[in-house]
Amino acid sequence: MNCKQEVIALMHKYLDDDLTQPEEKKLRFHLQSCSDCQAHFHELKRTISLVKSSSPISAPGDFTANVMSNLPQQKKRNHYMRWFRNHPFFTAAAVFFLMMFGGVFSAWTEDQQVTVSKQENLVIQNQVVIVPEDVTVEGDLVVRNGDLRIDGAVNGDVTIINGDILEQDSVQDSPLEGEKYMAYVSGEVNEVNQVFEWMWYHTKKTLEGVFSLGNGE
Amino acid sequence: MENVIKQKIKQIKKGDQAAFEDVVSFYQNKVYQICFRMIGNAHEAEDLAQEAFIRAYTNIDRFDERRKFSTWLYRIATNLTIDRIRKKKPDYFLDAEVKGTEGLNMYSQLAADQALPEEEVESLELQTYIHKEILALPPKYRSVIVLRFLDELSLQEIAEVLEIPVGTVKTRIHRGRETLRKKLRHV
Repeated sequence: MNCKQEVIALMHKYLDDDLTQPEEKKLRFHLQSCSDCQAHFHELKRTISLVKSSSPISAPGDFTANVMSNLPQQKKRNHYMRWFRNHPFFTAAAVFFLMMFGGVFSAWTEDQQVTVSKQENLVIQNQVVIVPEDVTVEGDLVVRNGDLRIDGAVNGDVTIINGDILEQDSVQDSPLEGEKYMAYVSGEVNEVNQVFEWMWYHTKKTLEGVFSLGNGE
Repeated sequence: MENVIKQKIKQIKKGDQAAFEDVVSFYQNKVYQICFRMIGNAHEAEDLAQEAFIRAYTNIDRFDERRKFSTWLYRIATNLTIDRIRKKKPDYFLDAEVKGTEGLNMYSQLAADQALPEEEVESLELQTYIHKEILALPPKYRSVIVLRFLDELSLQEIAEVLEIPVGTVKTRIHRGRETLRKKLRHV
């Protein structure tokens, strides 16, 4: 009876029309000598013909009419959906612009709190960010929704969004003010006060990000 | 015929609802047969087949015209039917006691084992017996057996309809065939 597993597998392959020639020979050879397998094979073939002999069933006579009467009416919405589905590029572009403008505007209007890029030793007083006299800020400084007063020094770019650079309190320094504050800030000073400037700033930042990424690689 | 159907589908996609009527009448028997052989009940089979056509219609935009429509349609029908089989739970249990009686359970409500003479003739009918044995198969074997031997799809087509590998289709056919062999050997 050891023959069974293997030979039965061959029988099924035969019934699926999957048998190679040597396998077919092997099966035929075995069937001639083994009456058990012969019976098994016969039963399988008979089973299939029995199953196949079931008379085909037809759907009820009014089936098509029933389906047609139950179809949903074409909706207008479907046309839009169809259009979107057929023009994936436009859809993607539209979604992209919506999200981008949405993001920029909400970022502009939402946070009215004073925020500063995370450098130590900065003092925040009544919406004014102060770089104390004895402090040198390393790296770029970004101030949002507040004014900035630099008494110390900044070693990098300064960006002020929705705020101003305040001149120093001490009057005696005022003639030198221009030079002095340029001296304090080693990088560029940017002030961003309008939505359009804000958008420009965003775009610039994104582009810089893209390029620095490109360079980094 | 394939080409005629393709043409019809283009019309349907453009919004011509009437074109769908020809598609339904062309495929209705096949779809109904799949549902009936799998669920075993004419009323439910009609319900499922109808639902399958309606789903095909509402989702016609998702149908990829490079593929075979029949495969896609059969997939909808088999998925719906398999879902229905899974959700089908017995509504009552034979062991449950009948309300308002003492010690009477649902078994006592069943008709006596002996069938009426005319029913006996009917049940002896080979067709019915085979149909019952197919229904007794677990659903995953039932679906391949129905698609293979009643709808005569190729192994490849069955694999596409059921979204399973061809190897799995073969294994299921082998097991289903063996099970049926044991049931039908004495017929």
